[in-house]
Amino acid sequence: MEHAEKKPSYLQHHFADMEQQTDAAKLGMWVFLVTEVLLFGGLFGFYTFYRAWYPEMFMEAHKYLDVAMGTTNTFVLITSSLTMALAIRAMQLGKKKQTIAYLAGTLFFAGVFLVIKYFEYSHKIELGMLPGKLYFFDGIQAANPHIFFSVYFTMTGLHGIHVLIGMIIIGWVMVRTMRDDFSPEYYNPIELTGLYWHLVDLIWIFLFPLLYLIG
Amino acid sequence: MEQQNTATAHHVLPLSLYFTVAGVLFVLTGITVAISFVHFGEFNIIVAMLIATVKASLVALYFMHLKYDNKLFMAVFLSSLIFLGLFLTLTMTDTMHRGDIDPIKEHPIKKEAVFYNK
Amino acid sequence: MSVATTANYLNEEKGLKSWLFTLDHKRIGMMYLFAVMIAFFLGGVFAILIRLELLNPGQDFFTADTYNQLFTLHGAVMIFLFIIPAIPAALGNFVLPLMLGAKDVAFPRLNLASFYIYVVGALFALYSIVAGAVDTGWTFYTPYSTTTSTSVISMTLGAFILGFSSIFTGVNFIATIHKLRAPGMTWFKMPLMVWALYATSIIQVLATPVLGITLLLLIIERTIGIGIFDPAMGGDPVLFQHFFWFYSHPAVYIMILPGMGIISELVTTFSKKKIFGYKLIAYSSLGIALISFLVWGHHMFTSGQSEFSSMVFSFLTFFVGIPSGIKMFNWLATMYKGRITFEAPMLYTIAFMFLFAIGGLTGIMLGAISIDIHMHDTYFVVAHFHYTMMGGTVIAFLGGMHYWWPKIWGRMYSEKWARVAWALIFVGFNVTFFTQFFLGSQGMPRRYYNYLDQYQPLHMYSTYGSWMLGVGFLIMAYYLIYSIYKGPKAPNNPWGGLTMEWQTTSPPIQHNFEEQPVLEHEPYDYDTRMVVNDQLIKKEDVKEKENINV
Ligand code: HEM
Ligand SMILES: [Cu+2]
Repeated sequence: MEHAEKKPSYLQHHFADMEQQTDAAKLGMWVFLVTEVLLFGGLFGFYTFYRAWYPEMFMEAHKYLDVAMGTTNTFVLITSSLTMALAIRAMQLGKKKQTIAYLAGTLFFAGVFLVIKYFEYSHKIELGMLPGKLYFFDGIQAANPHIFFSVYFTMTGLHGIHVLIGMIIIGWVMVRTMRDDFSPEYYNPIELTGLYWHLVDLIWIFLFPLLYLIG
Repeated sequence: MEQQNTATAHHVLPLSLYFTVAGVLFVLTGITVAISFVHFGEFNIIVAMLIATVKASLVALYFMHLKYDNKLFMAVFLSSLIFLGLFLTLTMTDTMHRGDIDPIKEHPIKKEAVFYNK
Repeated sequence: MSVATTANYLNEEKGLKSWLFTLDHKRIGMMYLFAVMIAFFLGGVFAILIRLELLNPGQDFFTADTYNQLFTLHGAVMIFLFIIPAIPAALGNFVLPLMLGAKDVAFPRLNLASFYIYVVGALFALYSIVAGAVDTGWTFYTPYSTTTSTSVISMTLGAFILGFSSIFTGVNFIATIHKLRAPGMTWFKMPLMVWALYATSIIQVLATPVLGITLLLLIIERTIGIGIFDPAMGGDPVLFQHFFWFYSHPAVYIMILPGMGIISELVTTFSKKKIFGYKLIAYSSLGIALISFLVWGHHMFTSGQSEFSSMVFSFLTFFVGIPSGIKMFNWLATMYKGRITFEAPMLYTIAFMFLFAIGGLTGIMLGAISIDIHMHDTYFVVAHFHYTMMGGTVIAFLGGMHYWWPKIWGRMYSEKWARVAWALIFVGFNVTFFTQFFLGSQGMPRRYYNYLDQYQPLHMYSTYGSWMLGVGFLIMAYYLIYSIYKGPKAPNNPWGGLTMEWQTTSPPIQHNFEEQPVLEHEPYDYDTRMVVNDQLIKKEDVKEKENINV
């Protein structure tokens, strides 16, 4: 802190230089992403074990998911990942306005994703395709279809919460970009937000075929 | 842009790369959806997972810069998948082998929910 | 003897606020220490009450239901609130940056956040006591946990939140160890405590999220009934056990690994001899971390999991013994022909080696299916895990606390009273728990408030032992707290340690070191170095002057 040599304000006192600080932050983020993978991992396990136990039921029940909406959402989320990556690139080049625009784009697509999800959910809720005890739909003949919807709602629900959290963080770095907190020398928070956002996309990339596209 | 400070030097990837990757992701999404309407039985899930893995790798390598960043991050990330794999495999030594040796006479796990038997 | 009357991390800033908002890893570590000691006290009170009920057969003080709540609270508080954060988050937080020669951990704000998340989690857990204390056992097995009327939700939510605190500590330590080592400190020149904390952090990061999702699913199951753990709805309660133990077996290594790290430090310092097999001890920490993920099914031999699964897990369980054994033999070899002195930390080290050997070997016994079928859910298991957790982790924690106490507070405690407390704890522990091996092998089941008359003598001894333990801990609390205010000032390096935390003042200054320290020798170079009156000197220089006999 006291050191006289000019250290930039965004370099924290306990790091020797920016490279050390950035690398530490990224490593921390990656390790955090590992915990996210394992958090979802429990649900992927839940999916795997029950699909192995009730293959016909999964086959029957999944037909009631809306492939068109699921596919649209996949495109939407991939696009949001693209704009996120481009936001970082813009900041690397010091183009503040572009960064803000791309972040806004990411927020927009994230919003679209949630709106589509909302329509999917409300349709299911109406028909009674609900998890566990709440289930009251009549159309599926195989045994224990409520389990499929327990899987569906917990997986997409946890994912949806992550999208929501992602939106809050993206909004926050957007504000910070407007405040001129970042520069080509220092844009670490945007980068970390990007990593988180891409992971949310990554998880969806697996959720989509597992839930919507069962053979 | 000036690059006097080598410590903060970073890769600025060409725009075309980002768009190509996104394009490939779109195409692959289209392919999985299309394939899901053709029935290969067992193979459907394998193909779908393969495509998903390719897509995920693209996102990780290019959007998340794993290809260009410290290789430690790659190792960290892969470790999560390995341990998830261990969790699934070892649990399946149980769930897939109940009753193999001592046949199950009573079914503790009901095939059908009580409340569902209307 | 230069004594720190100057500015240090304790007195540089004053007032409650300077503590509550501090980003200094040392202060955060001390707040953690304070919190876990409260938890330890609370858990201890529950333990004494449990033992009191078991003094005689029949119902004496508590009803069966209250008894169930007592052992659940004892277990949950000890595990989630005390033992998991005790060494990494409290002592580790304090010593890790010092040992690395760093100014702080990589993410000081995350560190503080982790502490407050711990506090919030703890409040939820404690709230459950007034909201109709849980009676499921700390393992929360379904289907009982989804049907009992007690406050399962606030306790599991508490454990869920505590998990995040643990994850953040792990993330922080991994980044710190990778990025903030002093110049010259390569991986194989790190103190072994750091290796142990590294392996611990890996487990925290990989295993805790699975506990998180498990508890979340349990909460959802309890609230809306999604049916996954409910056999009446096509679900499977045994899956809960898989999910739970995928975390909780590795978690026992979250508890013991840092303890082993402390022992590695103490055994060399007090033997004044280079550690034997440095690399093996370092690698065995990683080995334990890896293998710990492969053996969880040994808790489920009688659960109804498939026979194949039991065979696989039993086979894999035996491998855990190898890295633990490696450490044990290396410590013994380090002591061999060392110049051993028996200050309090060393007494705890020896107690650890003795007790953990018993705990580990009985673990191997339980790993054999044929024995475990008989011993499962008996007092034999209770004795086993107390020998590992209390005889291992808690004893190592106490050893570490006595070792770093002078560094933390700049004061010495009374060595005489420390020995008295140590003796009471060591003897008391064995009286309490060795008897339980006999109880268990004679068929006394665990988690019952009542028992047949034939078990009475052994239960009685066990309860007497618990009183001895209690007295030992009270004495310890007294002389430690006394030393903070009235103890003689501590030198910078009272034990002659060579790791970096001893190169700064006691207590350390705010940013740990005057200048960035550079590693000049290996952490345990007792062959060539020694410490005399806080001065690190080369032995060859001493021999030349010949004023001190080596
Ligand atoms: C050599 C290493 C170890 C082996 C082979 C081992 C093996 C086992 C086995 C087989 C059981 C299951 C017994 C049963 O429930 O019937 C068990 C239980 C237990 N072990 Fe260990 N163990 C080892 C080390 C540890 C350590 C280091 C700790 C803690 C720091 C620990 C804590 C526990 C606990 C808490 C239980 C009881 C869990 C419950 O409530 O059911 N173990 N151990
Ligand atoms: Cu275990």
